[in-house]
Amino acid sequence: MKKLNYSELWCSSPRYWGGLAALTFIILLGMTAAFYMEHNGHWVTGMSNQIVWGLPHVFAIFLIVAASGALNVASIGSVFGGPMYKPLGRFSGLLAIGLLAGGLVILLLDLGRPDRLIVAVTHYNFKSIFAWNIFLYTGFFIIVGIYLWAMIDRKANRFYQLTGFAAFFWRLALTTGTGSIFGFLVAREAYDAAIMAPMFIIMSFSYGLAFFIITLMSAYWWASRELGSHRLEKLKNLLGVFVGAVLYFSLVYHLTNLYITQHHGVEQFILVDGGIYSVMFWLGQVTIGGIIPLFMLYSPAFSDNRFATAIASIMVLIGGFIQIYVIVIGGQAYPMSLFPGKEVLASSFYDGVVASYTPTLAEGLLGVAGIAIAMTLVAVGARMLKVLPDSLEDPQEGAA
Amino acid sequence: MTGNNKQPKEIQRREFISKTILAAGTALAAPGILLTVANAKSESEGASSNVRWGMLVDSNKCVENCTACVDACNEENGINLLQRPSGQDDGMWNAQRPQWIRKVKLQDRQTGEITNLPLMCQHCESPPCVDVCPTGASFKRADGIVMVDRHICIGCRYCMMACPYKARSFLHQNVAEQRVHTPRGKGCVESCNLCVHRIDAGATTTACQDACNKDGHQAILFGDLKDPDSELSQMLRQKSSGQIRADLELNTGVRYTSL
Repeated sequence: MKKLNYSELWCSSPRYWGGLAALTFIILLGMTAAFYMEHNGHWVTGMSNQIVWGLPHVFAIFLIVAASGALNVASIGSVFGGPMYKPLGRFSGLLAIGLLAGGLVILLLDLGRPDRLIVAVTHYNFKSIFAWNIFLYTGFFIIVGIYLWAMIDRKANRFYQLTGFAAFFWRLALTTGTGSIFGFLVAREAYDAAIMAPMFIIMSFSYGLAFFIITLMSAYWWASRELGSHRLEKLKNLLGVFVGAVLYFSLVYHLTNLYITQHHGVEQFILVDGGIYSVMFWLGQVTIGGIIPLFMLYSPAFSDNRFATAIASIMVLIGGFIQIYVIVIGGQAYPMSLFPGKEVLASSFYDGVVASYTPTLAEGLLGVAGIAIAMTLVAVGARMLKVLPDSLEDPQEGAA
Repeated sequence: MTGNNKQPKEIQRREFISKTILAAGTALAAPGILLTVANAKSESEGASSNVRWGMLVDSNKCVENCTACVDACNEENGINLLQRPSGQDDGMWNAQRPQWIRKVKLQDRQTGEITNLPLMCQHCESPPCVDVCPTGASFKRADGIVMVDRHICIGCRYCMMACPYKARSFLHQNVAEQRVHTPRGKGCVESCNLCVHRIDAGATTTACQDACNKDGHQAILFGDLKDPDSELSQMLRQKSSGQIRADLELNTGVRYTSL
């Protein structure tokens, strides 16, 4: 096997700087949108006292969930000893940090009082899973940072195994924390389920790997480096397993709810007559995010087709985004059952009726800016650090 | 001369040091003492866990289309001082403006029975909003009143996600005018605090109760749940009452008859 040589991403000016300029422009738009919302107050958004968390939260949760999943490739290399994955570990760590940072920026800028960030890090209520998450996120940056250092710097190599394990367990805790944000909401019928935490973990596996495949392919295209088919096929097959697992968890979640009479209403809403949410569930989450990518990843017709792998990964991300949208927005839109057995005839506060939500442009711009921040960090990081191998061509027969 | 002067100088120095320390100590302690004295028997006393404020709503007496309690609450807490942002349509204004108390009309699906009631923060003994708040801004006082510390609320709205009663409102717009006793600000969450400013000043009723009584309905009764002799406790003993979403076992401070 050839000796692996890592080097910074160094590509021709127009391609790299042009890409970076485009990303910066998107970030600037998002920051302008955040300022506009902060300056006027949230009344300029589609959010209300009924739909409390809107589109920015969908983006933020999507990125945070994907971040912990993006680290999986590194974990497979160091914790589970997969030789094919080991050279990809550094990039996996960098991507994880980038995605988490992008998600957190959105979350922070959508606060009612983003200027009170200092309060959030000085006042803690340890019964709150949100407060725990602040530690989980900060810890993730630190641990993955050290892990990255241990992978890159030969002198720090003795920490490699230890930090690898630490990062792996930390990422599991982090996604458990993110899933539990919803799992702990006893009052809302769509959320009150312990399966939320493991479901978020498997969602993170899937979205994170899809992000990884796309960014890896883009980086190697940007830098005109070689990416071997065999390695890509391994990633592709693994993605297929994760996509299937997400579908399975969704199935179990809905079957469980269908068994509980009290939850029939919310299931009817999401699965059948929830309008946009039912369409998003079946068309977005299940078809675009599940069935079609599964077909594209496993069908022999596409077995050696990189383009199909890229498209499938993008579809997994689109479907995943829609899945989080259905969970976050759909779960809030369905009215809380305050008075079982009674129908609400009149209320000034929309009791008993499906809440409407139309996201505004500003919310969307802030969300897209979060993705741009993640990608910018990865692009800049890959140019400054030796995270990508010069060549990822397939190892010789029998060498791996 | 110098030898003679040395002793008194040393004494002078010691005296100076001790007096300075005394003066500095007084200067540091005085404001605290003064504040304590000035505030004696008022806010500095804090809420007492010997009382638990609560409420009983008699749904039978609550009249359809009457909004006396809602209007009184809006007036008392300065909610009616909020200006509707220009260009905001009716639907969004209703969805985004704060509503501490609201009227709800219900019909039993089986029997067709109609119920009217006011709905506000239920002041749970184990409030989910307090559990989830990351900074501790959402808190419960020793006397059972659940409220928001607007100084450390970061506007994350997790409490609104957690509240089973949708009792909380987020301030979606800028605030031009407000009541001194009910401070509010854009980007923070707020909800019914059982007219805490009145109770702390010694009042025994809330604005909504006064308004309801004034209109002759007497559907709302505020009082101390821990005092067995309070009118509230006596009524609760006599009448059959219940909690909204009793299945969550939050032990609400607000109870309803004929639910």
